[in-house]
Amino acid sequence: MSQSNPTVATPVEPALVKQETPWRQFVRTFLEDRVAVTGLMMLLLIIITAILAPWITPQNPYDLGTVDLMDSRIPPGEQTMEGYTAWLGTDGVGRDLYSAILYGLRISLMVGVVSGLIAASFGMCVGLIAAYAGGKVEALIMRIVDLQLSLPTILVALILVAALGKGVDKIIFALVVVQWAYYARTVRGTALVERNKEYVEAAQSLGLSKTRVIFRHILPNCLAPVIVVLTVQTAHAISLEATLSFLGVGLPQTEPSLGVLIANGFQYMMSGRYWISVFPGLALLFTIVSINLVGDRIRDVLNPRLEK
Amino acid sequence: MLSFFIRRFAQAALVIAVMVVLVFFGVNVVGDPIWMLISPEMDQEAIEKTAAALGLDKPIFEQFIHFVQGLFQGDLGRSFVHGEPAIQLILSRMGATMELAVVALLMAIVFGLPLGMYAGLYPDRRSSRMIMSGSILGFSLPTFWVGLMLIMLFAVMLGWLPASGRGQTVSIFGFETSLLTLNGWQHIALPAFNLALLKISLMIRLARAGTREAMLMDYVKFARAKGLKESTIIRVHVLKNIMIPIVTVLGLEFGSLVAFSVVTETIFSWPGMGKLLLEAIQRLDRPVIVAYVMVVVVLFVVINLIVDLLYSVLDPRVRITGAKA
Repeated sequence: MSQSNPTVATPVEPALVKQETPWRQFVRTFLEDRVAVTGLMMLLLIIITAILAPWITPQNPYDLGTVDLMDSRIPPGEQTMEGYTAWLGTDGVGRDLYSAILYGLRISLMVGVVSGLIAASFGMCVGLIAAYAGGKVEALIMRIVDLQLSLPTILVALILVAALGKGVDKIIFALVVVQWAYYARTVRGTALVERNKEYVEAAQSLGLSKTRVIFRHILPNCLAPVIVVLTVQTAHAISLEATLSFLGVGLPQTEPSLGVLIANGFQYMMSGRYWISVFPGLALLFTIVSINLVGDRIRDVLNPRLEK
Repeated sequence: MLSFFIRRFAQAALVIAVMVVLVFFGVNVVGDPIWMLISPEMDQEAIEKTAAALGLDKPIFEQFIHFVQGLFQGDLGRSFVHGEPAIQLILSRMGATMELAVVALLMAIVFGLPLGMYAGLYPDRRSSRMIMSGSILGFSLPTFWVGLMLIMLFAVMLGWLPASGRGQTVSIFGFETSLLTLNGWQHIALPAFNLALLKISLMIRLARAGTREAMLMDYVKFARAKGLKESTIIRVHVLKNIMIPIVTVLGLEFGSLVAFSVVTETIFSWPGMGKLLLEAIQRLDRPVIVAYVMVVVVLFVVINLIVDLLYSVLDPRVRITGAKA
């Protein structure tokens, strides 16, 4: 990287200065939309409360010592035996729902983000290889991508967890499998355009290795659409994990994500104890909607066709 | 033309073959279902007997050969739990799922098309903006949570509609259907709407985009210049032209409706094949899982094939590029 080659150094410098401007421009345009800013605020609030969960909740739902069966199914706003007020009520085994939701948010967000990042990295590599290699390799890869995308995600994920069993790692694996193809397709599309640009030709004629050209030159220029896909897919992954957990094939009871909490409350719904399912559901809803609002705005801002 | 058809048929067959291999090994490599099927009191001999009766003692590759042989005879193995042929189990539940999916599809058209066209005709009205925000919400809401809310609102709080089951069915031409009784319609209303919600949102977007585009076309301007009534223009010139992409997308989405019915059927206890799949997953009933996936994959491939072939008949450009690729 730091070889003192003057012919390389000169064109790099103005590029660095320019990189600053698109980022500022991006932030400024993003903030122009009030709905998106509200979404962003909501999302930040959700992430911060999820991270701070152990310090801002009255109870640790994993610690069986603080969970009292006597406290089960208390309506919202009433005092528990343990002495704190359950503002959102308690669930079937006496967990404070406010605490359980914040801890559940941690798991849901973690599963969504981790699976998204792994799927993005893997999909990007595959997409870049397809675009750069061309020919039969590309045809084969894109056939697999097409096949993957033609099957509904929920079905593929269900079959995978049926084969693998419950657990955080297995759910993440299943989510990666259903997501990677979106990234591969997106990156290939962009990389095909980028590949024919002059800077790639320049890098190649300097004798740089293929890997270096692909990852240091083409990849950074393909990131914008990937970020858009990443936000949309993270919301999708969180929703899918909740669905699987709700169906009882996702995360186990020992790792109660929002989906598990909603499933636990389902049996009490018929008897009018709505809060056990509804509040975790609202938390899930706000998370997904806020991510989608932010993602929508990012897409609009990054879309070159909409620039005036 | 013929070579294009043959090529597409070969591709479809290849996809099914690949899925057979993937699904069979995917489902059969992990876990040993024999432990789910025997009682703790059984001795070793009885366990081996059970395993032999189900063909579970043979090497996996031999099981696969056996499975493929059965496949060509329309035999996908027997359910470990129910003791019936898996394919028969699936097909006996298929009617209920298809009924649900078809009603959901109709709902998507009945609600989605007029709302989307309205939003496309008057994009600046406040009501149009509300329709579009509603469709974003429809995309964001997880299906299972909407189902819960529907049950809570209409079944528990208002008590208008039943929360579970299929209701009274009537046999017609050998098919059981619940669409001919009032009781049946009451039972299908909530699950079908739940399943349709995502498609209604999709429909609104498609119809809106299509309408906005069509309104700028020369044939609409010409129709106006001829002095036709606005309602005639919308009905004849706009609707007919936006229907082509909409019908295509809906055809392709039908498969995803069947897949998503797993969630809806579980929430509303709808006795379809999605509920059967989930029960099979929870009990590791492999033949049923494999049979379900095979049925759905074949359904998908057939739908895709029909849409592709129809397109190639209607639009020669597809045929030419398809033959080159």
